[in-house]
Amino acid sequence: MQRIRNFSIIAHIDHGKSTLADRMIQHVHMVTEREFRDQMLDTMDIERERGITIKSQTISLRFPARDGKEYDLNLIDTPGHVDFSYEVSRALASCEGVLLLVDASQGVQAQTLANLYAAMEQDLVIIPVINKIDLPSADLDMVREQIETELGLDSDDAILCSAKEGIGIGDVFEAIISKIPPPNGNEKGELAALIFDANYDPYRGTIVSCRVFDGAVKPGDVIRFMHNQATYKVEEVGVFRLRREPRKQLATGEVGYIISGVKTVSDTRVGDTITLDNRPAATPLPGFKEAKPVVFSSIYPITSEDYLSLAEALAKFKLNDASLEFQKDSSAALGQGFRCGFLGLLHLEIVQMRLEREYDQSIIMTVPSVQYRFNLEDDSEVVVDNPQYYPDQQKIKTALEPFIRASIIIPERYMGAVMKLCMERRASNPRMSYPTPGRIEVTLDMPLAEVIYDFYDRLKTVTQGYGSFDYEVTEYRVSDLVKLDFLVNGEKVDALSMIVHKERAREWGVHVCDRLRDEIPRHQFKVAIQGAIGGKVISRSTVSAFRKDVTAKCYGGDISRKRKLLEKQKKGKLRMKMVGSVEIPQSAFVSVLRTNEE
Amino acid sequence: MGSKSPCLTGYLPESSGLYLHVPFCRSKCPYCDFYSVTSMKEAREWVHCLKREAECYRGFFQTFDTLYLGGGTPSLLNRAQLSEIFSLLHASFTFVPSPEISLEANPDDITQEKLAVCRELGINRISLGVQSFREGELRFLGRRHTAAGAERALEKIRGAGFDNVSVDLMYGLPGQSMSQWLFSLKRALDFQPEHLSCYELTVEEGTAMGRLKAQNRLKLPDEETGRRFFLTTSRFLEKRGYIHYEISNFARSEALISRHNSKYWKHVDYLGIGPGAHSFFQGKRWWNVRSLQHYRALMSQGKLPLEGEECLTEDQLLLETLYFGFRTKRGINLRLLEGAPHMESCAAELEESGLALRRDGRLIPTRRGFLLAESLPLRMVR
Repeated sequence: MQRIRNFSIIAHIDHGKSTLADRMIQHVHMVTEREFRDQMLDTMDIERERGITIKSQTISLRFPARDGKEYDLNLIDTPGHVDFSYEVSRALASCEGVLLLVDASQGVQAQTLANLYAAMEQDLVIIPVINKIDLPSADLDMVREQIETELGLDSDDAILCSAKEGIGIGDVFEAIISKIPPPNGNEKGELAALIFDANYDPYRGTIVSCRVFDGAVKPGDVIRFMHNQATYKVEEVGVFRLRREPRKQLATGEVGYIISGVKTVSDTRVGDTITLDNRPAATPLPGFKEAKPVVFSSIYPITSEDYLSLAEALAKFKLNDASLEFQKDSSAALGQGFRCGFLGLLHLEIVQMRLEREYDQSIIMTVPSVQYRFNLEDDSEVVVDNPQYYPDQQKIKTALEPFIRASIIIPERYMGAVMKLCMERRASNPRMSYPTPGRIEVTLDMPLAEVIYDFYDRLKTVTQGYGSFDYEVTEYRVSDLVKLDFLVNGEKVDALSMIVHKERAREWGVHVCDRLRDEIPRHQFKVAIQGAIGGKVISRSTVSAFRKDVTAKCYGGDISRKRKLLEKQKKGKLRMKMVGSVEIPQSAFVSVLRTNEE
Repeated sequence: MGSKSPCLTGYLPESSGLYLHVPFCRSKCPYCDFYSVTSMKEAREWVHCLKREAECYRGFFQTFDTLYLGGGTPSLLNRAQLSEIFSLLHASFTFVPSPEISLEANPDDITQEKLAVCRELGINRISLGVQSFREGELRFLGRRHTAAGAERALEKIRGAGFDNVSVDLMYGLPGQSMSQWLFSLKRALDFQPEHLSCYELTVEEGTAMGRLKAQNRLKLPDEETGRRFFLTTSRFLEKRGYIHYEISNFARSEALISRHNSKYWKHVDYLGIGPGAHSFFQGKRWWNVRSLQHYRALMSQGKLPLEGEECLTEDQLLLETLYFGFRTKRGINLRLLEGAPHMESCAAELEESGLALRRDGRLIPTRRGFLLAESLPLRMVR
């Protein structure tokens, strides 16, 4: 146990976390050049595309230190976005220390702070690492000062490195060994292992990633999941090298995996404690926060026959991503589906993409919503996160919507653009502070509903990528809400309904009508699109009738090509939803989520 | 396939069609996507290859009742080349007693001598690529002939005694007005052609115009203008006694409908020889390479010069049958829709909205239906 170190790397997006992880893996020669792909730990396509880590990956590195001993260093990767604070907390709870990565030219960012607090909450040892020191724009003095003043850490302890150039990687290893304490726990005690991740392998079933705090677990043991008392016989335990590597046992302080034939997906709950059935721990391990979804949206299969397959995919997904919540939902326009709760809009997008790519589902998602509260005339309160259950407008006494405290850090020059964006989003009560010369931290009160659509993307655009954003939900405030419906040739498309602030209703109405006009293909009749509150139409657009195809020639040499074109179009039509006699493509449902500026 | 095909097409067995692709042009027209080269220097080799290709198919098709020399510019061939081609065709294939034999011609190539050769060889239908009777339009289309040249050619063809003449015209050119288009159309009617092909200018990828369009340098008429051109043309010609029997084709009587081209739209067997030619035989389709060099190379290796082939599935056959049905006055056999409730209700909708009508057990597209020939099949098969 003295030669084990469990640690995480926390950083702001783009500060080089994945690059550092890759370099460390290379440093211990676990990967041959041929095997090495950039950013080993980010295995999902989406992560590569967006350059962010979504799912935690774990790897165990064997490092021969300068003291001549070999150490097992378990790197538990953490997701790098505000939406995933829950996953971060689980990963951190399994560590004794963290590397806090700071970009040598960008300095400390809002997210760095948020992650630092999360690590401090867990009483972890924090090693500041200043990365990208090779950059010409690196400003070590500034960063050191920030580490002292903003993070309250000793900047003399900071390690200088360039993950990209491979500078200082050895120092990082030595610091991990010398500064992060080895795990301590009762090797003879009852088994207590913390689940921090779970994956589904089609051949082996559920693969549980865990950190053993007390006791040990080995194949043949009967384990018990403490939250529901479900028991399973362990088939295999092991550690994460580049691939899973079986071991005789997982002992106290170790990080690894357990395969135990878990078939019921809901039995594995990330955050749960595993113990032995015949010698259980007295209490589960503490330290886990329950993730609360803040954004809600419904997921429907494109064709109703795929409902069961979608249900199965969601269940498997949930195993891998405990923060996803879902329950049955149904829509007149889209049929049977699921209402899902997400940690944020990015989380929503990721779930959507992963369902499509990894689980091969063709899905339609509805406009995301937050959770509203309504006090009704009969003094009852209803909580609504689905526009379908919007109460009768006549019966609403007061409506409340969730507000956040948004914290935005930007270089001074973007102040005007950012304030304009925030004011458009109903922000109020701005407070300014100047953490370092040239930078402003703005704190504002905003309705959560205004940031869940595209706020973060817009912020990045107006600040050319320099703005960082974090928020916490603070309270519910009274608000003037309405339900906005959309009709296509007089038929309501319930999946497009949304709850919006009255002042923003017209803007939304126009936006959605325009989007639908662009996305709904022309039919052989005119298609009228309307946005309406109650019976009152507030916006409209029209898709003109389609009355002429290309009338090209069609002789012997044209036929096959033409037919192939028709076959392709026919395939495209399968991805359409019929509302009345109007075909609405899946893209229309997605397009309403995009803003006009794009 | 064999048993289903008659049901789909509602068609009695018919003699096959023979197509011969002449891949030579004096100059390339910027809109044309047929395969051709601008040098005749390989013509000799090409004829030689045709002979071998024809021999390969000897006995494969029973009898042909049409022969179509298309291109390219078949009228570029001289007496010797034409004679050699006809003798090689007769050596390998059997024709019915009076086949329809068409030749595509450029007005510039029409001479009394050439017409005499044509008559001697049995060519009884000339399809003249006029495209327009307005000089500006002819230049835009890259045609080498003039309006006056086209008129002289038509006079000569009539003078030589040809009684089945087709004129090709194009409309929907950038900036073209309706009266400008009707000018050309009327000029053509002065010669009382038995057949007219009126094509809306369609810009294909891989042509010079396609490149212009990709660079946004070609302003084509909008959909509504194109629609007016089409409907006006149809009404104009039908009023003057022509049958609008296919989207782009008009004939002065049922008997003057292009027998050869109709085979393409009825899944009747046809053989195409020469580079780029397509063939169809009992549900199977294959096509030759679109390169004279490659064509020659394969032939010299003793191989058929095939580029691709496909065997149509029932679904594909149905899709094509619907597509052809909506492109032609022949329409679709109503028996095809039996037992398919979606298709039946769709047919009723089309009737109601004036896009098709029922006649003699067939669903016939109307003028407005023709305009949607591409969309309607997909509406039916959904």
